[in-house]
Amino acid sequence: MKNRIIKKSRLAPQVYDFVIENEQIAAKARPGQFIVARAHEKGERIPLTIADLYKDSFRMVVRGVGKTTYELCMMNENDVLSDVTGPLGNPSEIAYFGNVMLVGGGVGIATLLPIAKELKKHGNKLHVILGGRSKEYVIMLDEFEKIADELIITTDDGSFGIKGVVTDGMDLVMNKSKIEVAWAVGPTIMMKFCSLKAKELGLKIWVSLNPIMVDGTGMCGACRVTVDGQLKFACVDGPEFDGTKVDWDELLVRLSQYRDEEELSLRKFKESVGDLSWL
Amino acid sequence: MAVKPTLKKTPMPEQEPQHRVKNFFEVALGYSEEQAVTEAKRCLQCPAHPCVSGCPVGIDIPGFIKKIKERDFKESARILKKYNNLPAICGRVCPQEVQCEERCVVGKIPGSEPVAIGRLERFVADWEADNVKERTVDPTVPKGKKVAVVGSGPAGLTAAADLAKMGYSVDVFETLHKPGGVLVYGIPEFRLPKSIVEREVKYVESLSVKIHLNTPVGKSISVDELLKDYDAIFIGVGAGTPKFMKIPGTNLNGVYSANEFLTRVNLMKAYLFPEYDTPVKKGNNIVVVGGGNVAMDAARSALRLGAKSVVVVYRRTEQEMPARREEYLHAVEEGIRFRWLTQPLRYIGDEKGKVIGVECISMELGEPDESGRRRPIPIEDSRFVIEADMVVEAIGTDANRFLLSQFKGLSLNKYGYIVVDSETYATTLRKVFAGGDIVTGAATVIEAMGAGKKAAFWIDRFLSGEYDPWR
Repeated sequence: MKNRIIKKSRLAPQVYDFVIENEQIAAKARPGQFIVARAHEKGERIPLTIADLYKDSFRMVVRGVGKTTYELCMMNENDVLSDVTGPLGNPSEIAYFGNVMLVGGGVGIATLLPIAKELKKHGNKLHVILGGRSKEYVIMLDEFEKIADELIITTDDGSFGIKGVVTDGMDLVMNKSKIEVAWAVGPTIMMKFCSLKAKELGLKIWVSLNPIMVDGTGMCGACRVTVDGQLKFACVDGPEFDGTKVDWDELLVRLSQYRDEEELSLRKFKESVGDLSWL
Repeated sequence: MAVKPTLKKTPMPEQEPQHRVKNFFEVALGYSEEQAVTEAKRCLQCPAHPCVSGCPVGIDIPGFIKKIKERDFKESARILKKYNNLPAICGRVCPQEVQCEERCVVGKIPGSEPVAIGRLERFVADWEADNVKERTVDPTVPKGKKVAVVGSGPAGLTAAADLAKMGYSVDVFETLHKPGGVLVYGIPEFRLPKSIVEREVKYVESLSVKIHLNTPVGKSISVDELLKDYDAIFIGVGAGTPKFMKIPGTNLNGVYSANEFLTRVNLMKAYLFPEYDTPVKKGNNIVVVGGGNVAMDAARSALRLGAKSVVVVYRRTEQEMPARREEYLHAVEEGIRFRWLTQPLRYIGDEKGKVIGVECISMELGEPDESGRRRPIPIEDSRFVIEADMVVEAIGTDANRFLLSQFKGLSLNKYGYIVVDSETYATTLRKVFAGGDIVTGAATVIEAMGAGKKAAFWIDRFLSGEYDPWR
């Protein structure tokens, strides 16, 4: 059945891995693209990236941060999402480059995985840096171990790998290898600092933006970002852009646009379902 | 003594302005049977019936009105449906004053208003929905050919319904999670209740039209697949890309395109937040930029969300504004203020990146431009600031370029709209037709329906081997 949750597993606290039945998306999606999902009839449309593709299903990873993502994380196997649209956005521009650096943080690591696999297929050497708050938040490690030629882990608290942030890992990689191009996918603030670092190093860097979207098909303009001084829609012009040209501070402000409403929505949700820290 | 027909249209009951600004329920309440019969009697049943030529879908107007007069509402609905697949929608949102009603002979009598054709159309459509439980669909002989319709807005739904009635197997592909296009994301509930759109869509589906939601053509189904699997394709994707003035401050928080604001409110039901999950900002002082119907919809929606003040700024004057007179008057009644000859120059933000004001400049009208309207020219040293915590830009829309680029061989004009044969709606690409806003640029629901209807006629001719412009 279309949009049925075939499989669900927990990757980290509040982070879940889903396999969703959807032939169209499985047949058409390419690395770097995303979907827009709606959990139920009164739900929001939210963009989520595609983490992997199977014969007639696709994989997505969701972290519970607001009402909608918590609701998704609370859905079970055999539940059906009300709507899934996609694939949307442009695929990553993948070819043989040589040495490629891949930086992932948080659930951005899931977005990075199909890009990494495709780059590997094209014969690239992968220098991967994965970061998280602590050990348990560095997800999909075993999957990256299989394909990475170099793998560096950073954690804020030093509970695993290097104590530090992903840009420290970028320095380490750059000291040893000549990198042709990089991808960074993760929280906006992480991508901002990766881009600043890349600019400093004179490195071409792709970032996958995740601004607020409504339709995800170029119809509303909610996701507009300034790139190289131009107004772009992340949904149809992106989601990947040259990170050194993105107006990060504007994007960060725009991401906070509905903070009050998001808090109200989550508070009311928690009043009805109780504590969610167990998720 | 015979009762002399009145010179004025039978008034239609409406919610009072002071009440309706606090809710999203429909403003106009519709005729009762008595009111409809009274109004129908004003029709002269004149032999020339110029009204029909004013209708983009050519409805037999005197025919359906005569049946109202005879109280045969069921037959009246049957006549209406023969020409118009979506009468409850047209009766509500058509600009009748510049179409059928403008040509009505009764309206030419000095001091007299035309017959309220739109209100009567609405009455019959609603009466049928309320009273005819089982709507029978005339059986058709299957033609054994398939047509793909891209987009489920007014053009697509009309083309799909007509083609299905002719016996074609029709698949409609819609990107959003609800069918209806602008009817569900653009036009607000208080002008066109979504339950009415649902009802009309159900009717189209009852004709065996299959609507595939969440299916962006060019993404989840390729154009090559469509060209391979279907005998003809109709593109009716509308003009869905919002334009921005691109003035400084456009990306401040609180600045919306009308498309985003209305999509949140209408399609996602943000006016019912937090019961529905999608939020929308509820500003106190709102500036809406533009003078069209979409600007009126945005302004009136903002008011219903609880705004203290809504100001529409328009660079020309009341005489040039493209909005329907009725919509403008409704907006005025509800307390929306208008600043004519005013052009925004930049949005002013606070330290948190939130809009707090709009710097404008006053304009004056110069010589007529290519549209025939007098061109607005800025007056030097006339800058001023309007305080605003929310801005909605309703300055029009552009074509969706991504989808069209997928149709190799499709000719577009300099604005990015599809070039078609003006009579048959055939594009430059074999077996592909197009109509509605994606051909004309943003226009009206009924014009899109008219295009869908005419295209369906020519698609049938093409599939019957009687017409082939690509040979």
